[in-house]
Amino acid sequence: MNQVIELEGVAKRYDTAGAPALGPLTLSVAKGEALAVTGPSGSGKSTLLNLIAGLDKPTEGSVLVAGRRIDQLSEHALAKFRREHIGIAFQFFNLLDDLTVTDNIQLPAQLTGTSRRAAAARAGELMEMLGIQKHARAYPGRLSGGERQRVGVARALINRPELLLADEPTGALDSASGAEVRKLLIDLHRGGQTIVLVTHDLALAEACASRTIHLVDGHLALDTYAQAVR
Amino acid sequence: MSLFGNGALGRVVRSGVGRRRVQTLVIAVATMMAVASAVVAGALMVAAAAPFDDAFKKQQGAHITAQFDPAKASAAQLERTKELAGVTASAGPYPSTAFRPVDRSGFRMPTLTVVGRSGADADVDRVELKSGRWAHKPGEIVVDASFQGPSVDIGSALKTSDTPNAPTLSVVGFAVSVGKSADAWATAEQVESLAALGSPLTTQMLYRFDSASTKQQIVADRAKLASAVDSGALLGTQSWLDTKRAADQGAAATVPFVMAFGVLGIVMSVIIVSSVISGAVGTSLRRIGILKAIGFTPREVVRAYVAQALIPATVGIALGVVLGNLLAVPLLADTESVYGNVSLSVAWWVDVAVPAAALLVVGLAALIPARRAGRLNTVEAIAVGRAPRPGRGQWAHRAMGRLPLPRPVTYGLATPFTHPVRALAMLLAVAFGTVAATFAVGLTSSLNEVGKSQDPESRAAVTVTTVRMNNIAPPPPPPPVGGDAAASPSPAAPSPAAGSSKPKVADPAKVRAAVKSEAGLESYYGKLQTEVAVAGVSGAVEASLYEGDSRSGSYEMLSGHWITGKGQVVVPTRFLERTSTKVGDTVRMTFEKESADLRIVGESFDTSGNELEVHADMANFPSAQPETFLVDVKSDVSADAFARKLAAVVQPMGGDATTVVESEQSGVILIMDAMAVLLTLMLIAVAGLGVLNSVVLDTRERVHDLGVCKAIGMSPRQTVSLVLASVSAIGVVGGLLGVPAGYLLHGVVMPVMGRAVGTGMPSPVLDVYGPVELLLLGLGGVVLAMLGAMIPAGWAARARTATALRTE
Repeated sequence: MNQVIELEGVAKRYDTAGAPALGPLTLSVAKGEALAVTGPSGSGKSTLLNLIAGLDKPTEGSVLVAGRRIDQLSEHALAKFRREHIGIAFQFFNLLDDLTVTDNIQLPAQLTGTSRRAAAARAGELMEMLGIQKHARAYPGRLSGGERQRVGVARALINRPELLLADEPTGALDSASGAEVRKLLIDLHRGGQTIVLVTHDLALAEACASRTIHLVDGHLALDTYAQAVR
Repeated sequence: MSLFGNGALGRVVRSGVGRRRVQTLVIAVATMMAVASAVVAGALMVAAAAPFDDAFKKQQGAHITAQFDPAKASAAQLERTKELAGVTASAGPYPSTAFRPVDRSGFRMPTLTVVGRSGADADVDRVELKSGRWAHKPGEIVVDASFQGPSVDIGSALKTSDTPNAPTLSVVGFAVSVGKSADAWATAEQVESLAALGSPLTTQMLYRFDSASTKQQIVADRAKLASAVDSGALLGTQSWLDTKRAADQGAAATVPFVMAFGVLGIVMSVIIVSSVISGAVGTSLRRIGILKAIGFTPREVVRAYVAQALIPATVGIALGVVLGNLLAVPLLADTESVYGNVSLSVAWWVDVAVPAAALLVVGLAALIPARRAGRLNTVEAIAVGRAPRPGRGQWAHRAMGRLPLPRPVTYGLATPFTHPVRALAMLLAVAFGTVAATFAVGLTSSLNEVGKSQDPESRAAVTVTTVRMNNIAPPPPPPPVGGDAAASPSPAAPSPAAGSSKPKVADPAKVRAAVKSEAGLESYYGKLQTEVAVAGVSGAVEASLYEGDSRSGSYEMLSGHWITGKGQVVVPTRFLERTSTKVGDTVRMTFEKESADLRIVGESFDTSGNELEVHADMANFPSAQPETFLVDVKSDVSADAFARKLAAVVQPMGGDATTVVESEQSGVILIMDAMAVLLTLMLIAVAGLGVLNSVVLDTRERVHDLGVCKAIGMSPRQTVSLVLASVSAIGVVGGLLGVPAGYLLHGVVMPVMGRAVGTGMPSPVLDVYGPVELLLLGLGGVVLAMLGAMIPAGWAARARTATALRTE
């Protein structure tokens, strides 16, 4: 199977004297797979996401994403890699308040040097797909939580990334908006998008993910794929 | 910490100061710079007036020193002048004459005005005896203390002229007349016998008036004296205002530009302090809200934020006072050399008043944003936290987003509009930094032009003299008052010694012939530096007499033109003022025994202190012979080789030839240059720190947004370009505002400096900016802004994305 993520003996320590916040962990995620990462607070979910996104570097082990070892890349190369291969949807959306919805969505494309026309066309396509085209010229502050998260997902998908990382995407939403986002993620997965979803919400994990891993104190406590294989 | 109320408030203040290290540093440096400039300016203003005024008051100096013709003004008439309305005190009549003595080493001294007085004390002009005693009998003389040296000391003999059997006078004392009523004093009989040797005898009267503080009042007082005696009886007068101005000019010339820097520094401090404190309030809304929630009163919050400015400001002010005192020393030393009794320290009240005023200004500048902190609604403050007010600058992002530039750049360009007040503070810091740089570049260029224009002989390639260079007289003692140019000896002003030590002098005609016949000659002119008498001016006047076309050695002209032939004279501004003449008028000039009526054709730019150097054609005085030939050689000829060959010809005759060494800049100009550079660097540093402060605040505030940008793929380089772009427009606008303002400031300050030394400023001194220079200075605003933003841009680029994303 074509692996999008390959973690080999990955550990992350914030305090050299204490126990690692994560790992050692070995994990791989196949292309088209939707992996849900669950676990209580402090279990290492966000640390794992940051390592996969290249936002942080492991203390031990190697991280391969889209066939590239990213734990040895420079900050500059990581930024380039991230904008070309990874999209991130955040719990609190992290939209830039002084940019319009369109400008927010187009920003990663513009950072890669995509032409204005091409970026605008792709943004339009995504807004239509996600049902937010009527808000194209609005500012994020005027949108509901669900709409903002859809803008965040559109921004994450603008460069057609091989991997979509979603960090508690429904954590800041009411139940109706959460349902919208859940449907969106299911649709994306059905469309073949590889997704890593970090969530507390087991129902969301069950609905959206083809595989779930459960972390406790930085260690893998459950992997539904492994169970299925056994 | 009782100053800040209870212990809790003290802790809040201390933690605020400690947390904001960049802002603390910026306030300290800004206030240090402003206070240092203000202390120097204040010290110079005091130095420019106080020593003269104190000494003049102590000596009851004469407001008007008048010379009367004894043949036309009777003793009774002179007595009546003492009773004129407005005259509060008087002294005299004293016989007065001029003579040019030869010191014991055989060199001729400058012409001295000698006055016959029985003692140093009088109702007016209480001459201060510095050493020795007063002259009580013929054959004794007391000389101005500025002449004291190895060749002129107590007990040494002065020959009254350079004729072989001239009588001698014994120096018995040295004295100082602050009002410069004379250069030497002797008994009345001695003065009369000196006059019998050839110089005219005049009668000196000294007056004090009830109104003599302005030029107009002095003119009116002089008119009273003139009308009290017969026409032509009043030969000349000397105003105490001229003497004061000449005495003060070393420091006085420096005051305008140091004041300009001081004002720039103070304005900059106000901008920086307001900006820092309002930034501190803006970025601490949540903290302020928490402080109020736990029981701080609005007044305590205000005190906490004012104190956060006052603590670093107090440190900066203390350092500024020390720095200002150190900077003032070389300039005060210049003043000390004039009076000899000035202490090399800044007046105590300057060291008290300037810091007090600075603290007040800083306190007020901090009070306005601090009061905003005090007024903040607690709940709102906690809720709003660090988030910028939504909606601001969105239009700018829309507009900039359309520009055909990389997205990080357009995003950065729109950033200042999110915080217009902070952007304005940054703009003002850049603009003021550019003003300072533009002004300093102009000032130093102008000062260099002044230096060059005061040494026109240095433009010649070769100097040929009628005496050997090592026989040229050593420098005369410094003039009683005045600037540096007059004090520096000119190689073209030899004063060959008289008597047994008189060196061999080459025949000017033979030297001229040698110059003309030397291969490689392009052009030459002859020059004689001498003294002449000018009708209406008491005492001798320095004169340069020229043979041939002297345009290449001309001074810069303030009006009129350089001499083009016989019958013309060029004079400095002070000559016109002192003689109440103007360009176009005619004056009678006497050299040795030859007189000529010369038309004033030009006003020269001359900063040589109190001297009145006039320039005329040698052809006006047939007996005058050049002592120096200033030569230009053809472009393909080496000046050194030319000088060597010519020296081989003229040295056997007693003359010499050498290449012209460009004279060094005078001490005052070097000090002013150094001060301008230092103050400018400090102002630029403060401006850069001001930008740094604003960008640090902005970056901290936007750290989360920057984290988002980095998370979605913005590279460190793109992050740097975003932050730098956020200040680039401010740099451009700051440059566009700062360059014209600096240009205008230069145009205002330079003429004021000129007036302080009694001259106008010619266009080469004022028009020192070229278009390329102005463009570069304008770009300097951008560079300044970029430099200030460079460090926070680096921070932003290096900030860990994961950490930034967690920041709310």
